[in-house]
Amino acid sequence: MNENVIVLGATGGIAQALCRVLAGRGCRLLLAGRDAAALDTLAADLRVRYGGDHPVEVFDALDFDQHAAFWQRCVERLQGRIETVILCYGSLAAQQVTQTDLGELRRLIDVNFTSAASLLTLAAATLEQRRGGCLAAISSVAGDRGRQSNYSYGAAKAGLTAFLQGLRNRLHPAGVAVVTVKPGFVDTPMTAGLVDPRGPLVAAPERVARDIDRAIRRRRAVVYTPWFWRPIMLVIRALPEGIFKRLRL
Amino acid sequence: MRLRAVLVEQSLAGWGNRPVERCLVARPESVAQAQALLAAESPSTFIPRGLGRAYGDAALNRGGGVLDQTRMRHFLAFDEAAGIVECEAGVSLAEIVEHLLPRGWFLPVTPGTRFVTLGGAIAADVHGKNHHVDGSLGSFVVDFRLLTADGELITCSRQENTDAFRATLGGMGLTGAVVSARLRLVPTESAYVLVDYRRTRDLDATLECFAQTDRQYRYSVAWIDCLAGGKSLGRSVVMLGNDAPAAALPDPLRRRPLALPRHGAVGVPCMLPAWLLNPLSVKAFNALYYARHGDSRRLVDYASFFWPLDGVRHWNRIYGRRGFVQYQALLPRETSRSGLVELLAEVVRCRRASFLAVLKSSGAAGEGLLSYLYPGHTLALDLPYTGDDLRPVLRRLDAILLRHGGRLYLAKDAMTTAPAFAAMYPTLDEFRHIKERLDPECRFASSQARRLGIVAAE
Repeated sequence: MNENVIVLGATGGIAQALCRVLAGRGCRLLLAGRDAAALDTLAADLRVRYGGDHPVEVFDALDFDQHAAFWQRCVERLQGRIETVILCYGSLAAQQVTQTDLGELRRLIDVNFTSAASLLTLAAATLEQRRGGCLAAISSVAGDRGRQSNYSYGAAKAGLTAFLQGLRNRLHPAGVAVVTVKPGFVDTPMTAGLVDPRGPLVAAPERVARDIDRAIRRRRAVVYTPWFWRPIMLVIRALPEGIFKRLRL
Repeated sequence: MRLRAVLVEQSLAGWGNRPVERCLVARPESVAQAQALLAAESPSTFIPRGLGRAYGDAALNRGGGVLDQTRMRHFLAFDEAAGIVECEAGVSLAEIVEHLLPRGWFLPVTPGTRFVTLGGAIAADVHGKNHHVDGSLGSFVVDFRLLTADGELITCSRQENTDAFRATLGGMGLTGAVVSARLRLVPTESAYVLVDYRRTRDLDATLECFAQTDRQYRYSVAWIDCLAGGKSLGRSVVMLGNDAPAAALPDPLRRRPLALPRHGAVGVPCMLPAWLLNPLSVKAFNALYYARHGDSRRLVDYASFFWPLDGVRHWNRIYGRRGFVQYQALLPRETSRSGLVELLAEVVRCRRASFLAVLKSSGAAGEGLLSYLYPGHTLALDLPYTGDDLRPVLRRLDAILLRHGGRLYLAKDAMTTAPAFAAMYPTLDEFRHIKERLDPECRFASSQARRLGIVAAE
């Protein structure tokens, strides 16, 4: 029996690479995203590369009123048989912009945190009822500590990380694994112009996708990808606030 | 998805790491994003780019835009009955092989690396070891969709928009951006080639070997020891191959005849010091290579046969930061012997160590107006970039080539001149004419096109 996976935000840079890994190991994917044409193209791509038919659902993360109906469509599309849900979408804006444009700040937090919390709540209920499965979401190392260069995005991701911690705790008795993915810099369209793709710390989305897939299969709680971000963030988190506030990070 | 891809200024080079130029690079994810880039007034020009395997400045645009299409890499459809695959232009030949070889389909033509995009392969109308039999890749392109300067998408084939088809095939991205294409694959039973190795003592023996075997073998190529001079000038190891039927494979391989063996890829981690490749070290390598390949027959997997250097990631770094130039010369059959003798003698005379020198016989001319090959022989030499003293050497090689009615390959060229290029490609005027119609404001331009006068220099 194939594993059924719902990918929320399937056309993102990391998400597309992850979809290829998952379809390559025989998963049946429900590809959900905002752009219908891009979803159809991705579905065709997966069909040619790996075979299998991957249904598509369109949703808008910021249309909160429609979340429940959208989730219902997903559940029906897979006849209620859902093993894994992966929340992949996210948004990044330059810190400077969010310091002056409150609309952008709110949008950034709504996309990365509020909408994610809403959809994860729906997904958690479904998996809890099924008493099994795996819920994963892409957070970020930026959520590990607020830094002046990136704290609007970081705060939203920190909220997501805490939300996932709570879900993990709640869903453990039901046998549902919750995986928090914390990528560092990744060369994707989201980071275009904000991260130098040829920098030494920048990972390819394919590399990150492999790490996420492994973490899901092994039901790890928290995965840093690439791995070296774990010790880096350990140090950054350990710095006393008195020193940290003087740094330019 | 964003409306418009971000433009990032960065230093960019071709595979030869020479020249290096500042360009504004955008990596659109969709046709709509590419259209939005073209709709803006700035940058005023773009050149499409794939995996950056063209050696010189073909996919560079100094101070202008580069349309990196590697994020448009979706397969769109595969007609398993006809063997026709449709993909976006950023899909690499490696990906086509990875997914479709296990199902019994292979590339009709493959260059010496599989890490090129389909779009780039069409733009250069690439050829492979079977050119003398099958021609270039263009012969197997069913049709493609071209994004033109005005933002329109047109389908080009042998029936529709035929001028755009002929100008785009081999047209180095100067007519617009190919966004997707349909390619006819060929069925295959196994992922192996039966290769006969023949050692030849000089150039005449090498050419004679090609002439005698061209009809018996689908694949042929000669590795030339281009440091051997005098009586041994042009001594070679000729590799002649045919697809191995599944029944010809030994037992363990026969069970999975379409599987490529897994080689652990090694890589060159950083730029190596430039002195590493010198006449002495190359001479030692060549002598060893020549001695090791006696006359024999071997079963060789596709990867080792077609893409021997793909096993070494970033092999171009062995030339160090200074980079290198690949000089690929085509000589028409009537003059090829004397032309090759003069070219090789010049290389030997100025002691330009070429680590890789490859000779191949070529067949019928491609359909593209700027398609490279026609019947004759093509010689590829790697020349380390040693500074300005390389320029006169290349001018002398160009002069020899022009005297013999030959031409250079645009995918390799980095340093030739506009007058030399015009003499090599008599169809240039016709190409320019069609380009002007498709792109009256010259929105598609590259550093190479300006250097060669294909478009007006700024």
